Amino acid sequence: MKDNATTAPPLLEIRDLHVHFPVGNKLFARNRRLLRAVSGINLSLGHGECLSIVGESGCGKSTTALAVMGLQEPTSGDILVDGQSIIGDNAPGRMDRARIAQMVFQDPYASLNPRQTVHRSLAAPLRLHGTPNSEIDDRVADILKKVGLLPEHGARFPHEFSGGQRQRIGIARALILGPRILMLDEPVSALDVSVRAQIINLLLDLQEDLSLSFVMISHDLGVVEHMSDRVAVMYFGQIVELGRWDAIFARPTHPYTRKLIATIPDPDTVLHPDRDRRAGKAPEPPAGYRFCPEDIGRPDVYSVPAESALIEIGPGHFVRCATA
Amino acid sequence: MNEPVEHNAPLLELKNLHVGIPGRRGSVDIVRDVSFSIMPGEAFGLVGESGSGKSLTALSLIRLLKKPLKVSQGQILFKGDDLQNLTDRAMRQMRGDRIAMIFQEPMTALNPLKTVGRQIAEMFVLHKGMGWAEAGRKAVDALASVHVPAPEERVRAYPHQMSGGMRQRVMIAIALACDPDLLIADEPTTALDVTVQDEVLKLIAELCAARGTAVLLISHDLGVIANMCQRVGVMYSGRLVEERDTYDLFADPRHPYTKGLLGALPRLGTRHGAAGRQRLVDIDSLIKDRDTLLQEFCFEPRNPVRDPRLRAGMAGGVE
Repeated sequence: MKDNATTAPPLLEIRDLHVHFPVGNKLFARNRRLLRAVSGINLSLGHGECLSIVGESGCGKSTTALAVMGLQEPTSGDILVDGQSIIGDNAPGRMDRARIAQMVFQDPYASLNPRQTVHRSLAAPLRLHGTPNSEIDDRVADILKKVGLLPEHGARFPHEFSGGQRQRIGIARALILGPRILMLDEPVSALDVSVRAQIINLLLDLQEDLSLSFVMISHDLGVVEHMSDRVAVMYFGQIVELGRWDAIFARPTHPYTRKLIATIPDPDTVLHPDRDRRAGKAPEPPAGYRFCPEDIGRPDVYSVPAESALIEIGPGHFVRCATA
Repeated sequence: MNEPVEHNAPLLELKNLHVGIPGRRGSVDIVRDVSFSIMPGEAFGLVGESGSGKSLTALSLIRLLKKPLKVSQGQILFKGDDLQNLTDRAMRQMRGDRIAMIFQEPMTALNPLKTVGRQIAEMFVLHKGMGWAEAGRKAVDALASVHVPAPEERVRAYPHQMSGGMRQRVMIAIALACDPDLLIADEPTTALDVTVQDEVLKLIAELCAARGTAVLLISHDLGVIANMCQRVGVMYSGRLVEERDTYDLFADPRHPYTKGLLGALPRLGTRHGAAGRQRLVDIDSLIKDRDTLLQEFCFEPRNPVRDPRLRAGMAGGVE
């Protein structure tokens, strides 16, 4: 990716990532079909940036996140942090990896151990990473304050908290080791509107205070527009549009991005029916190209996707096209 | 949805509805003093956060409240008659025939052991007195009307063989099988992807407009409500705090909670330029000024604790 001509390597770089899963119930069949969850993704994440990956269920956005976390072995491709590969032979161990990226999950209750107090859940990674016992209590109290809870809350169990507080605990646990990247997998979609606003505000404050970089996975485009610096739109294993948030939302170009934005139920359409985003002429593909894929139906996730490339149509704004 | 058909009499009228748990010293009410009415063919939205009482209000309409919850006060008038006076048997005939309901999670609402065709046909057998053979043919038509491809084959499918969007379409087919007067849709698209949500909402709007079915749509998503409903009621802490025309509500929200709810929503097109990010409104911080708000707008803290001493202690708490 041609990023703003910086000489330093980006914090995180994903190069031509492929993740394929063999499927089919015939265990010993010779030609097992491959489900191509991710086919050829290139992405970079700058320092202090929030990159959002949007798309429908099954488009491969979570698989991409799991590959970065080291929870899913990529079929091919490379993932680099500060220019150093974290895949293959020279991959760092799990302990080092834990300090690179941590994940915040969608359902905070399902991702917390119900039988451990919050303090114990938060202290476990510190202990594993050799933090002296004398420091642990301070670090846990400190992180709880950072996420807007009280140090006393550490003595409680997850079921004693509300949904919003649990998500705060989920964020605290992701931050306890001081990772550089936070992977946010639908961080607010399980929360109520008012609580959602609090968590979004908290994440933005933390990003500023701790100079964190976010990779956010979401299908809520309102949240994406509010939080992101750059947006990647994924459609069945491939990025179809990539650009700064204002380019994506002001000039959505790929038919799929336009469809996605048009389907968001937007309260403002009541007030401004003339501003309906469903209307308006679809932009033309760049000369000599056609959008790829052209028709947004049920794509075949088993075959190799057609030859296509991301074409730059504006500064840092890419759209997937094939030569016409 | 089209203009509501002008009738003088409302189809459904709730008058001072209270839902609560009966106790020795009177009922502890969770839904308090809710009144609204729905005209024939109209789409009415109930919006609110979890625990605001919107689902309990809907369940009380069709007598599906779980024990020990009970309607403790108020009237539920459907075409002028109080539904509470019906016998259980009459109510059972009413449900599905005149008042139908779609639930949030279609997988748990459908019977996993019966084909979807049989589950649709059941409606015709139970409510219209048809034989199974004729009902089976009607089921194919019903499935076709909700735009399920290849309905002749799909009637033989089991719920687990269908995607979430298809299952919700089956639910809609069952609900609308007997042309009900009122369709209650409780978060019908919350479990679905945005593009599928769009299709399902359009389907509900289209079918109900064509049949003149009134809709009571329950959602926490203001966008869904705005696109579907002519009038909206906002619920908070068991009370209806604002009930207006959709346009008026979004153009000029009056109640502080409604204002907070609209400000807490990251809306498309509200961020302008690199520095144009507005901090989202924290509704709970509004509640801290509750002493002034309480008198004017009954804007109480969430936890319905009755003891004023406890309530005073809660004012400073987090969330």
